Amino acid sequence: MKVLDFKVTYNQALNYQNNLLKVTPANNEALPDMLPGQFVQILVENSSGIFLRRPISINFVDKETNEMWLLIQQIGEGTRKICETPVGQTLNIIFPLGNSFTVPQEKGKFLLVGGGVGTAPMLFLGEKLHEKEFSPDFLLGGRSEKDLLQLNDFEKFGTVFCTTEDGSFGEKGFVTHHSVLQKNRYDFIYTCGPKPMMVAVARYAREKNIECEASLENLMACGFGACLCCIEKTTRGNLCTCTEGPVFNTNELKWID
Amino acid sequence: MDRLKVNIGNLELQNPVTTASGTFGYGTEYADFIDLNRLGGIFVKGTTLEPRQGNNYPRMAETPAGMLNAVGLQNKGVDYFAEHIYPTIKEYNTHIVVNVSGSKIDDYVKCTERLADLDKVPAIEVNISCPNIKEGGMAFGTSCASAAEVTRAVRKVYPKTLIVKLSPNVTDVTEIARAIEDEGADSVSLVNTFLGMAIDAETRRPKLSTVTGGLSGPCIKPIALRMVWQVYNAVKIPIIGMGGISNTADAIEFILAGSTAIQIGTYNFIDPAISMKVIDGIADYLDRHNLKSISEIIGKLDA
Repeated sequence: MKVLDFKVTYNQALNYQNNLLKVTPANNEALPDMLPGQFVQILVENSSGIFLRRPISINFVDKETNEMWLLIQQIGEGTRKICETPVGQTLNIIFPLGNSFTVPQEKGKFLLVGGGVGTAPMLFLGEKLHEKEFSPDFLLGGRSEKDLLQLNDFEKFGTVFCTTEDGSFGEKGFVTHHSVLQKNRYDFIYTCGPKPMMVAVARYAREKNIECEASLENLMACGFGACLCCIEKTTRGNLCTCTEGPVFNTNELKWID
Repeated sequence: MDRLKVNIGNLELQNPVTTASGTFGYGTEYADFIDLNRLGGIFVKGTTLEPRQGNNYPRMAETPAGMLNAVGLQNKGVDYFAEHIYPTIKEYNTHIVVNVSGSKIDDYVKCTERLADLDKVPAIEVNISCPNIKEGGMAFGTSCASAAEVTRAVRKVYPKTLIVKLSPNVTDVTEIARAIEDEGADSVSLVNTFLGMAIDAETRRPKLSTVTGGLSGPCIKPIALRMVWQVYNAVKIPIIGMGGISNTADAIEFILAGSTAIQIGTYNFIDPAISMKVIDGIADYLDRHNLKSISEIIGKLDA
């Protein structure tokens, strides 16, 4: 973990509420190895109302250009301010934080389920699985076609399936209704997105006896295990989402029931 | 750097900058960010006789220039601390001060007795001001009689430096400070968090599982500073001041108001290296003001 100023090298709105920012260490140092599922804490500057840093998951790491990608949904003033950072300006970031998704050693059939901005860490995880020639399936859900982001990037690493609630793209409905879940037998499911979606995915995995990991986004203050605010009730007691998570095996989580 | 040294009772701190209990874990959480050995002291997480799971989620709500928390003293208990955490932190070249909390006076006493045996814990901070537990905690810190009773009971079993941490949720903080001074406390630390609450207007629900919680951060600084000044004018024992300190100027203000040492709390979450910046900033302040020692300005508000 360290605190570093990052220069914004790219900032593009992907739709009405999500921006993709690419950032590189302002001092040009090489990015360390980071793991899929890890996140960063971004300082919100020039805002009188925002006090705490904003936790954002790592969307992708481009080793060649030394850039970290951050897919940010503007859900409040803090995330809006971050998305307003122009190219060339810096963001103060604590990174990398948290544990990571398990990247298995043995070949298998992997499904990565993302909803809304919860698709963000799935791109990085997909790349890591693709590196091992595991060719994962992505199942991405959104309210409407415009909510499905980075589809071209996902397609580089595996097969992409989509659902939209209004039927404007892919199959109509929620991700857990997608026909691919009936057709394919998976060995490992990863999920990140709105809690009801993750609960539904975790229940599907439990019914089918499939290993499943979910990435949580509990409210947190510090991000590195000091404040004890982001706890999640688990079979191992109250655990900090920031240090023991954000990725948990869903069998450990109490919310699945 | 002798000019930064200060004394809290018999305890000499290498500088006045310490970190507040509940915001700094056991120090190890910050080892990647700072040299812990440079701190004047580390006030570790509130410790109770028995393990506590703490309150339900959500435990945190952001506020303008601050935050509310309702952690509720989640910790693994004093035995776990002594057996598993103490061995890993006792080699730090800074003072480890354990914050002691409880629901009953007997809990405070037993917890203190266990800590008194630990050589490298030269002081305890008795927390009679936690607003987030149902029984005890702040209840002890809101009346002179009960504050005195806890202090007296702990003093009997604790020969080392005894610091009592006061609640700001009282009508007159100076009365409580005098009461604990009269019972033999070596130092007083203030302030703990202010009782507050936050509501989600859309869902009409409280933002904390406990409805109310403790407010901290820069938003409380003016009130904390006032209370430190009042207590400085009421007692003779040294004061450890805190409440929203987020830079060197804040720290100097608390020292001018009467603090011998200061604690940095919530701002560690925003800038985990803030304590180092404040230590350097105080040294720079001494240079700029031609001061030989930080002690020269303790309580020297030009009022």
